[in-house]
Amino acid sequence: MTLPIQGSLSLILAVVFGAVFGALLQRGKVADYNVIVNQFRFKDFTVLRVMLTAIVVGGIGVYGLNQFGLAQYHIKSADMLAVVSGAILFGIGMVLYGYCPGTGVAAVGTGSIHALIGFLGMLFGGILYALSFPWIKSDILTIGSLGKLRLPEITGIHDGVWFMVLAIFAVSLFRLLDRVGSDSDR
Amino acid sequence: MISSQFRRSYLVGAGIGVLSWVVFTVVNAPIGITTALSEASGVAAMPIIGAEAVAANPYWAKTVPAWDYGTLFLVGTFLGALLSSLSSKTFKWELVPETWKERFGGGVAPRFIAAFTGGVLAMFGARLAGGCTSGHGISGSLQLAVSSWTFFIVMFISGVVTARIFSVRSTKSSSKGEL
Repeated sequence: MTLPIQGSLSLILAVVFGAVFGALLQRGKVADYNVIVNQFRFKDFTVLRVMLTAIVVGGIGVYGLNQFGLAQYHIKSADMLAVVSGAILFGIGMVLYGYCPGTGVAAVGTGSIHALIGFLGMLFGGILYALSFPWIKSDILTIGSLGKLRLPEITGIHDGVWFMVLAIFAVSLFRLLDRVGSDSDR
Repeated sequence: MISSQFRRSYLVGAGIGVLSWVVFTVVNAPIGITTALSEASGVAAMPIIGAEAVAANPYWAKTVPAWDYGTLFLVGTFLGALLSSLSSKTFKWELVPETWKERFGGGVAPRFIAAFTGGVLAMFGARLAGGCTSGHGISGSLQLAVSSWTFFIVMFISGVVTARIFSVRSTKSSSKGEL
């Protein structure tokens, strides 16, 4: 069998991989409004614990697979005006909604009706974006466009060093949080 | 070394990391959500602006509504969370979450308005930035993409500032004795 798998088998795998992702989000408590909002209030660090672990573990593996030619990178373009303004809107939206898009979809599966309302909001947001896309493409995406850059390329620092620094940062942060008794409400 | 209280968070994080190895290798598709959502928004727009207008739109031309990999991954995410919450007996119909009740009261309408507005902003922002917490935050960050780390850091600061503004407002409203 040749990788990557395409065709109808990949569509079956899509449901399987999606289900694993959804179950992980649910088991990790990040499909919970309270956990997400309390991350932004610095009262619960579950979201960062999950995300930073995923980035370090996933990143080291994908880097290795890429070195052996088994995985391709999919780098999104650093169109800085669009990325920064999109991120600002996203942060506001995530706190109001109490979920991000993935955890919102997972939360609907756990019985959250307000997550379903926010899901409808996301569909509406998607419509607004598509309708404003011609203007965004010509006047926003073109400003500060740096291309598909990776941190090792612009800094000259090796991938391995980046992951080591990230791992040390994550472990130090979480040990410090454990010591000062953060997340005490859980 | 690892506090047992939070072992589950690390295990789940590692699980998402390992899932990334698998999806990059087996289907050559990083974990992502909002591309499929924007396809779904094209379907939602058809009764409003008409199928022809959707087909003519340059953005929906890039994200053609279809039962493709991304859409089925989204369906899987829903199903996985549903099965997981049923099997762990944590499935619960929820109209207004606890943290919201403590700060803004138990009214359903304000919570629904905030959720809808938040959904609009999160989706618009994600599409503008080129991804969300999944596509940028996890998949992009683990590839050490400049765009994704920019998104992650700016999004987090924006969320913290927003939460701070809301906590000031909720302190004022809670002084009225409302619960």
